[in-house]
Amino acid sequence: MWIITTNDCDMKYFKFLTFFQIFVVFGFAEFERDLQLKLILAEPGDTIKLESGLFPILGTLSMEGKQDIVIKGSGMNGTILSFTNQVEGAQALSITNCNNIILEDFTIQDAKGDAIKCQYVNGLIFRRIKTQWLGGPSTQNGAYGLYPVQCENILIEHCVSIGASDAGIYVGQSNNIVVRYCEAFENVAGIEIENSIKADVYGNNVHDNTGGILVFDLPDLIVKDGRQIRIFDNIVKENNLDNFAPKGNIVGKVPAGTGIMVMATEQVEIFKNTIVNNKTAGTTVVSYFITEEETKDTQYNPYTSAIFIHDNVYKRELQLPTLDHDIGILLFTHFFRNIPDIIYDGMPDPKYFDKNGLIPDSKRLCIKNNYNASYLNLDISINFESWYSPFLAEFNVDEKECDCYQNQLPAVKLPFFY
Amino acid sequence: MKVFYFLFFITLLLSPLLSSNFIFKHAHENLSDYNFFEKPFREHIPKNNVVPYTIASPLFSDYAEKLRFISVPDGSKISFDNENNFIYPINTFLIKTFFYYHDISDINSNRRLIETRILKNTSAGWIALPYIWNEEQTDAVLNLAGGRMRVSWVHYDGNPLEVLYSVPNMNQCKNCHTLNNIQQPIGPKIRNLNLDFIYSDGIQNQLTKWVSISILDSLPKLEILPRTVNYNNEKDGTINERARAWLDINCAHCHSKGRPAETSGLYLNYEEKNETAIGIFKPPIAAGRGSGGLQYNIVPGHPEESILEFRISSTDPGIMMPELNRKLIHKEGVELIQDWIRGMDSQ
Repeated sequence: MWIITTNDCDMKYFKFLTFFQIFVVFGFAEFERDLQLKLILAEPGDTIKLESGLFPILGTLSMEGKQDIVIKGSGMNGTILSFTNQVEGAQALSITNCNNIILEDFTIQDAKGDAIKCQYVNGLIFRRIKTQWLGGPSTQNGAYGLYPVQCENILIEHCVSIGASDAGIYVGQSNNIVVRYCEAFENVAGIEIENSIKADVYGNNVHDNTGGILVFDLPDLIVKDGRQIRIFDNIVKENNLDNFAPKGNIVGKVPAGTGIMVMATEQVEIFKNTIVNNKTAGTTVVSYFITEEETKDTQYNPYTSAIFIHDNVYKRELQLPTLDHDIGILLFTHFFRNIPDIIYDGMPDPKYFDKNGLIPDSKRLCIKNNYNASYLNLDISINFESWYSPFLAEFNVDEKECDCYQNQLPAVKLPFFY
Repeated sequence: MKVFYFLFFITLLLSPLLSSNFIFKHAHENLSDYNFFEKPFREHIPKNNVVPYTIASPLFSDYAEKLRFISVPDGSKISFDNENNFIYPINTFLIKTFFYYHDISDINSNRRLIETRILKNTSAGWIALPYIWNEEQTDAVLNLAGGRMRVSWVHYDGNPLEVLYSVPNMNQCKNCHTLNNIQQPIGPKIRNLNLDFIYSDGIQNQLTKWVSISILDSLPKLEILPRTVNYNNEKDGTINERARAWLDINCAHCHSKGRPAETSGLYLNYEEKNETAIGIFKPPIAAGRGSGGLQYNIVPGHPEESILEFRISSTDPGIMMPELNRKLIHKEGVELIQDWIRGMDSQ
């Protein structure tokens, strides 16, 4: 402990000894300090190795302005960085303004805010990274597990995300993205792609979240017009967890029991997924109007267009939808336990109407060749008033209106070997 | 897309220069090695080419006081771009020392120096260097990884107050000091400097002084230059101007276009006019539990329903704003923002 020294030693200064003291906190553990220093001093081509062990860390670790750096732990269950006692910083690990960064083989636990946030990074790989909040689903958990935003060329593979109070794996305002072979559970959203362009989400196991896989486009952001998203070969199962997002967050509006949800995005292809026992909706395709939020963003497109849902397997046991949500109650009153698998809000983008008032196939919702998929069009433009008197609403459940075909979207190509 | 490519290009260009060799080429180990101050260094008596200054509305840093200095190399001057932003000569230094008085209400009480942050303008851009003062208060030592220490003092109410003070690491400096990914000074702007300062040879407007000692290009008449109000001074400006001044210096280094929190769509810089961008009835984007269960950033007339008020009143690292360098609540600032929101037309 350091105590101020003074030249005068009269009684007056003894007060300083009690009030005016400073000491360096020895709790700034060597590991944390060393790692932070390595992150600051890393040179292109360096690999920063993290040994095995559980390491308590008190503040955000950050890397800034680097290129060609690998941060490599000794395994998802070997190197564990614990932020349970974090006292400062809104992230566990923050990576900004970098090129070609690889994160491998470690776990981040109990971040006070987001676990790993990356911004302005071009060339970013998360491989065998786990982010977890140990106490299970809780509003007190941090928002995001893996959180690249305003990044480009992102690969997220073999990662595990557990317990995020927003999204376990969240890619926002980014470009050229692959998320594959990951597992996400006990999050509000398992995987979320938001205001992003060109993403392939495949081979993931997404279960026991509030909503499994979300594709959103939100207003008032710099990167708009999210598009070209492919969701395929995923298992999306039993995403029936009660929504525990802190109120005010858009994801807080997702009904518990949602498998895949597309909102206000263009060109989304959902195929060859196995979508099982999501109690409220296997797949929903909706406009931003469903949120009942207003926006003054004149450049924002709230509509959902060019959605192609094909070759998925749906399976749903008879069970009640969530009753904790307007849409759930609506579905309950109409369908009781036998809820349709694909739910559309019926709001096409008026700019695509042709002379005859029809939407061309290329801009519609097309549903083809799914196993066991029943359909519902909520037609909210007509039924919006009925939200709160659901018995009056009239819905279309004939999926012939979506019997059309679209060209498949091209695969995402990342500019590195993977 | 173009923006991405542009950023990519800039980073490619700068990255090799920002290697650690680059750091050590520009950084001295001790603050005294720069020769900014007369001995004893803790007194901060500036040498000839080092000029003290202050800014109208300061960033809240856990009630730390600050001493600010600028050093412009002999024979060169700060000039302006089209938007009246400063263009600094290479080898300009901005020097800021953080300290606490023993008694915050008594500027004659003993003072404890904590850290000195240096911003140096190099041919490859600004570089930020944190120095931590030693226990003897004789010098400060370079500490790239930052540090934490307990500090206590007698607060306004006469009671002792303690904080786990945090010296930012080099990366964290840039987290705030950044525009379009390029490191930048924050405080010294015409509107922040346009006020009187007590120099050793008398009181003078800082901008006038800088011109007179030839470190700043000539300026138009002072009366037509913008001036930020001092949010601490109830007589200086309207409540809207004071609140916007507080938000500008405490938030806008991240929350404005081209800066790290632009992803939120919330812009709190002094110049922003779009009501949604300032936060009025704006839902949060990625706030997580930072939303506090509230729907909008600002609900006019209702600070208690406004996320902005909630986050500046929190000290939880996952909730609080700003994210860095605050452990305590800026009570006076929060009250100002509450008054501001309460006074907004709730129609």
